[in-house]
Amino acid sequence: MTEVLRDTSGVLTGQDAAPVLASQPMRVTGGLVDRSRSVRFTFDGKSYTGHPGDTLASALLASGVKLMGRSFKYHRPRGVLSAGSEEPNALVELRSGARREPNTRATVAELYDGLEASSQNHWPTLAFDAMAVNDWLSPFFTAGFYYKTFMWPAAFWEKLYEPIIRRAAGLGTLSREPDPDAYDKGFLHCDVLVIGAGPAGLMAALTAARAGARVILADEDFALGGRLIAETHEVGGQSGAGWATSAVAELAGMPNVRVMPRTTIMGVFDHGVYSAVERVSDHFAAPLAGKPRQVLWRVYAKRAILAAGALERPIAFADNDRPGVMMAGAVRAYLNRWGVAAGKRVALFVNNDDGMRTARDLMARGVEVVAVVDPRRDIRRQAGLPHMLGVVTGTTGRLGLTGINVRRIDGREEHVVCDALAVSGGWNPTVALTAHQSARPVWDEKISAFLASPNAPAGLIPVGAAAGAFSTHGALASGAAKAAEAVEALGFRAPAADLPQAEDAPVRIAPFWHVPGKGRAWVDFQNDVTVKDVKLAHQENFRSVEHLKRYTTLGMATDQGKTSNVLGLAVMAELTGQSIPETGTTMFRPPYTPVAMGVLAGRSRGEEFKPTRLTPSHKWAEERGAVFVEVGMWLRAQWFPRPGETTWRESVDREVLATRKAVGVCDVTTLGKIDIQGTDAGLFLDRVYANTFSTLPVGKVRYGLMLREDGIVMDDGTTARMGEHEYVMTTTTANAVPVFRHLEFCRQCLWPDLDVQLISTTEAWAQFSVAGPNARALLSRIVDQDISDAAFPYMACGNVTVCGGLRARLFRISFSGEMAYEIAVPTRYGDALVRELMAQGQDLGVTPYGTEALGVLRVEKGHVAGNELNGQTTALNMGLGKMVSKKKDSIGMVLSQREELVREDGLRLVGIKPVDPAAQLKAGSHFIALGKDPVAANDDGWITSLVHSPHLRHQIALGYLKNGAARMGERLRAVNLLAKTEVEVEIVSPHFIDPQGERLRG
Amino acid sequence: MLIPHPLLGPRDAQEFTYLGDAALIDRPDGLTEPEKFHDYAYLRDNPAGVHKELWFHEQGDRSWLVVTRNTVTHEILGAVLARDTARGRGRSK
Repeated sequence: MTEVLRDTSGVLTGQDAAPVLASQPMRVTGGLVDRSRSVRFTFDGKSYTGHPGDTLASALLASGVKLMGRSFKYHRPRGVLSAGSEEPNALVELRSGARREPNTRATVAELYDGLEASSQNHWPTLAFDAMAVNDWLSPFFTAGFYYKTFMWPAAFWEKLYEPIIRRAAGLGTLSREPDPDAYDKGFLHCDVLVIGAGPAGLMAALTAARAGARVILADEDFALGGRLIAETHEVGGQSGAGWATSAVAELAGMPNVRVMPRTTIMGVFDHGVYSAVERVSDHFAAPLAGKPRQVLWRVYAKRAILAAGALERPIAFADNDRPGVMMAGAVRAYLNRWGVAAGKRVALFVNNDDGMRTARDLMARGVEVVAVVDPRRDIRRQAGLPHMLGVVTGTTGRLGLTGINVRRIDGREEHVVCDALAVSGGWNPTVALTAHQSARPVWDEKISAFLASPNAPAGLIPVGAAAGAFSTHGALASGAAKAAEAVEALGFRAPAADLPQAEDAPVRIAPFWHVPGKGRAWVDFQNDVTVKDVKLAHQENFRSVEHLKRYTTLGMATDQGKTSNVLGLAVMAELTGQSIPETGTTMFRPPYTPVAMGVLAGRSRGEEFKPTRLTPSHKWAEERGAVFVEVGMWLRAQWFPRPGETTWRESVDREVLATRKAVGVCDVTTLGKIDIQGTDAGLFLDRVYANTFSTLPVGKVRYGLMLREDGIVMDDGTTARMGEHEYVMTTTTANAVPVFRHLEFCRQCLWPDLDVQLISTTEAWAQFSVAGPNARALLSRIVDQDISDAAFPYMACGNVTVCGGLRARLFRISFSGEMAYEIAVPTRYGDALVRELMAQGQDLGVTPYGTEALGVLRVEKGHVAGNELNGQTTALNMGLGKMVSKKKDSIGMVLSQREELVREDGLRLVGIKPVDPAAQLKAGSHFIALGKDPVAANDDGWITSLVHSPHLRHQIALGYLKNGAARMGERLRAVNLLAKTEVEVEIVSPHFIDPQGERLRG
Repeated sequence: MLIPHPLLGPRDAQEFTYLGDAALIDRPDGLTEPEKFHDYAYLRDNPAGVHKELWFHEQGDRSWLVVTRNTVTHEILGAVLARDTARGRGRSK
């Protein structure tokens, strides 16, 4: 454990009740908010006040605001349904400007001073939304409506239908500005990760921590305690909230525990890897200086205790989506935790005893309870409660609930006036995380809910309500027992559990899912999926749950069906006459709750999207005003503009001409460099290169061609023999990493006993190409040894010293076709060396050149590069077929000789020039014989590399042409159908400059 | 995923590069058995179940490993140095 979080501010202490404020008419006594302080915030531009400890939802409810949003499809007025992250309705936009964040659940938005919130998905206002016309047109908008309505004509889709649908649908809107905040990523390790800080989680964390295990306790809420702070249950003779506070304080004080409030475990991955998002700064208007907004943690846990609790599920009945209809558990949470009454006259509609708690809690705070509607015939009536045996058949009130229609068991119908309705259809254990690795939850008849599959990930152990133990005692006991088991399996000794006393009420529930009737009964509030839609899906044979989901959108969007999936499944089960387990289950996939893209990106955005590698001469090149180009992760100088040059071509032409006339210098550090040493180094190279290296004399360099096993060229470069058992290989910039990986594969997997060692030295040496007729004159002023043509001929290499003793490597090799060298010094001297070359070469006409000039020089000389080594081409295609030695076995030798690959009339590298010197070619153009149609059947090859040659004063190109070697002088059309260009070209030798190679050897 | 590196202990799979079927170790000889190269280069097993695979510890010690992994459950049943596997299969110089 590297860090212990001692911030216990997540736990709130109760304050004595203050007088009811006129501005907060629904605030009642009690609760855990800090009434000594007020927090100001705005909703849709209007000012409100709440208290520290409030969420946006609790503060709005306290202020008497019930209407918080509009539904997705029908734009129905909606209020808050839940008190947690499962909220489907109360989605708002938080903040403004670049920090505007759409689709935030008001139920988890922690209130802070100055919070700006606005409702979304309406026009023009929340109370009067013209788009609600969709609601009246709802018969046209049923499930599958898009698929059926916008079928034809096809051309209308892109231009007409999609823009209209996109404007009408969707929820919040993006700021369209860059996110100004920073997001971080981090790694955490622990013995036991406890997910959820309710009674089960706290007890598990205490048990594991007291045993000495390294514990992380994470909870998505800012206040820890789970249902203990939402109920009135006592634990160990004190209030549940009080017990939670002491438990958190004990944990936070232990060095082996990290307590992480505001942290959601998002996903479960293989072998005990968990992802977590910690909302470090979401409860401030802007992150504190130096703090990220959120952190994405990768948690490595030997065991995880899933104490995620349970989510209450609704009952479907007509118009059950009106503002004021809430989950019963949420009504208790607002009452007990936040001191907010959901209404002045509250009704209940429940199918389990848990709902009756709500009535008792409300009445204890002086809130009037007008009806407890329950479809069960065998309920244990409680004195003083207005029991009504029956069902709720409908509701009234457009922007807020005004009453419910009740049909009693004896058939009597009546209207009950109320402004809030608390609904409970039972509780679903929160087993989402157990399904992240494809283990489907299993139905448990006893509790009428899904439990974790026995095939759930090893080491992820559900406890408490998440395991179906719904009583407080059950939660504490299972948390303690499972945590003790877990730590003992890891070699710790768990002390005997010290379980505090708590209630242990049994689960009494009769499954009851929906009230049949004419009106629309909502199953999924967020996606506006009703019982009728499920029926329609059934009728049209979309009966598998996976089809049901896709057809109706049940369980999609930000809440991922947390409140709706089981209900939708139950309705489908009724329709098919099957049991729920026969009907199926839907899967849960990461993330558990919505995740901001920013936190997934972390610091990898903008210029930091990937690492940037700078060459040793970067600073010098910058000082000279170089234009840079990205080459893989490298930034290389592309050209060096001089004052007065107005186009890149002017600079590049000048660099090319100066190099061929005098001397040019280019940083080639980015080429991969691999040191290869050992008594079998030569033999090893013979096997990985198509040509032979063991015969190369010490002090010489050879061009090498490396094939893949399928005979296609992988890479090329030069390899120098520096000593009897010591070679230095260069690779192309792009392939430095893959080639090294391949060589290690050959060394370890194919020939494990060869005496050969490899190490990448790409970053150890700064290397510069010095090319041109004055190259030797310039280097003679730098290199301490004799480098005359006799002492250091073409293709020589050796260890030398420069500037009076600095060790260096010199290679007489040429990519440009000029007399040229590459000189390497330890990287830290690269900057000094390039400056020295410039200083010493002034009178010799030294000119720095960039990658563009490098490209022109090599095309003029007919050397292949990345464009020609495109992963489809062979040595023979490149005109290098003779390099593949058949006398020895090497990677790719056998398959490079396949019939199709050695066709005489196959593709060959050719040079191309336009017949009209002023004509402008396009790279990628295909060769078509004169007079033939530009169709695939007549395709004779293509242009790979195209440059302007300042020597020839026209464009030149390299390309692959069928039977190219035999077609010198032929005229063809170079056709580019994308750019709509066509130029007549002549096929020539790819060696445009110095075909005899006299310059190289001068 | 965590890979139990035989020298370094459990390491995150992010540190590794995946290659595939460990049968790639059994490279035929190009001079004496060229007819075997088609199968070697192109035919690989891709079982739903236990599979021996080559992983390269690229962000680590550069060991090539043979990892025995269940491709259905991702359970890892073992990991050894590919060099040792190669020697065990008769490869040497």
